[in-house]
Amino acid sequence: MKQTITEKIISKHADCNVKAGDVVFVNVDRAFVQDGTGPLTMDVIKDIGDAVKNPVKNCIFLDHASPSSKYELSDSHNKLRKYAEKYGINIFEVGDGICHQIMAENFIKPGEIVVGADSHTCMAGAFGAFASGFGSTDIAYAMATGKMWLRVPSAIKVELIGELKKPSMAKDVILYLIGKLGANGANYKTLEFTGDGVEKLSFESRLTICNMAIEAGAKNGIMLADEKTYSYIKKERGEELNFEVLNSDIDAEYEDIISVDLSQIVPQVSMPHLVDNVKTVSEVQKEDIKINQAVIGTCTGGRLEDLTVAAEVLSGKKVADGVRLVICPASKKIYKQAIDKGLLKVFIESGGFIVTPGCGPCVGIQGGVLGTGEVCVSTANRNFKGRMGCTDSYIYLASPATVAASALAGRIVNP
Amino acid sequence: MKKELRGKAHVFGDSISTDLICPGRYFHLRSNIKELAKHTLEDADKDFVKKTNPGDFVVAGDNFGCGSSREHAPIIIKECGVGAVIAKSFARIFFRNAINIGLLAMECNTEDINEGDELILKPSEGIIESITSGKEIKVKPLTGAMYDILNAGGLKNYIKM
Repeated sequence: MKQTITEKIISKHADCNVKAGDVVFVNVDRAFVQDGTGPLTMDVIKDIGDAVKNPVKNCIFLDHASPSSKYELSDSHNKLRKYAEKYGINIFEVGDGICHQIMAENFIKPGEIVVGADSHTCMAGAFGAFASGFGSTDIAYAMATGKMWLRVPSAIKVELIGELKKPSMAKDVILYLIGKLGANGANYKTLEFTGDGVEKLSFESRLTICNMAIEAGAKNGIMLADEKTYSYIKKERGEELNFEVLNSDIDAEYEDIISVDLSQIVPQVSMPHLVDNVKTVSEVQKEDIKINQAVIGTCTGGRLEDLTVAAEVLSGKKVADGVRLVICPASKKIYKQAIDKGLLKVFIESGGFIVTPGCGPCVGIQGGVLGTGEVCVSTANRNFKGRMGCTDSYIYLASPATVAASALAGRIVNP
Repeated sequence: MKKELRGKAHVFGDSISTDLICPGRYFHLRSNIKELAKHTLEDADKDFVKKTNPGDFVVAGDNFGCGSSREHAPIIIKECGVGAVIAKSFARIFFRNAINIGLLAMECNTEDINEGDELILKPSEGIIESITSGKEIKVKPLTGAMYDILNAGGLKNYIKM
């Protein structure tokens, strides 16, 4: 049967062979919520049976209000802590880090079905898992029953060829692709990344690319598991998994095939107020866009590799007057690694400050809310109007290298 | 599902994101839907809540609800009394969430619908009649699981059935 890797994974979990367009119930390996979506989920679970099927396979993450900035959010946290205890669900505390990063560090395995009440759940597809974001009620159903209904997506094949040339980074690749596809160019579809280009990318870079699949409207982003996947798992968890090869069939069917030559990718920037409003930094540099804030971090650009590149750019230099440089490691683990590597010293000496691992700066809750008319360049994944807490503000998305260089220049510039 | 819904059209453009529908600066109000709903679509139209009556429609272009998985986005639209969201196309998570919480969401070409038009939507027949313009627009009826879930009033009710 001619199947894509996504169709194969769903087939295994549905106990029947599926093709794109089929609607099936699947067994879910892992389900999680965060502190913005979790309270609704817990209310629904209480209402539909008051129990969770496989609590050990589920997680609650207190990552959006990390730490809380308002009493209502603190109350939500306490509600989630109570439910975690009642149902036996794993709970990750304020300061532990962002859900997607912690899932990557601790849990995701190739071939799994992972569902989360957060749209960037697709990041886990870098492991060769089927990972997708849903709403609170859907996740309540998944947690209560261990199942989810899915419509099997058709796929777009994205062939990555060659190797990135410095200073281009994985973020530039995915921004370029979203610019080409459009914000709903991959609506309901799988973005299947293949090619020697994927093999050459570091595992952390793969996570960045899959993280933003949803910004092209995709149901999931996926890459094949290979030696780098298993090395990452061994390094992060000390686990040696059996190497299982799960690949798309040679004659699997795709809606479209896109080729991207990584060696030709130059730094990109996503302009306000839509993610697919992508230009090259060279074009934007001409517009002399002054910035008030630079954010290096979040689930898209807050891993050790990202912070290391940013520190290389910033080392020995000072950010421009009037620029706030926010550093947001994606997890406590990365925060500690960054300390050990001397990166935080570099950030502080260049004029930056470190915030708690979490989503705060990205979603306009805390850690760097913008003021009226302000401009921010960020390694995050969304720049919708008002996203960072103020309607009349402007968010540009870019790679850690570009953001670091821009922080030094006080305007958006090439790294 | 109601046979016929009638109300005024409140028209928006393309790419109405979940940040426009449910802004992040009100994140702390998620535990208080009534309060949160006062800010529905605020960053797309600050007067939306004021001018919307129960039964009215949200009408939009492409990729309505793009962005976050926050279920609060369709929830607060429903809380405002909106009878249905009609758009050229929906972002996948928003569409699924809308059906799951019992907010009717339907796809059609919305180019000929203008702000303030009086509409009659017949969901099962797949027709929108514009009383204001006299035009009749075909709309894709919900089918299968989507129909069943919406008809039950949302996923929670559907599961309990």
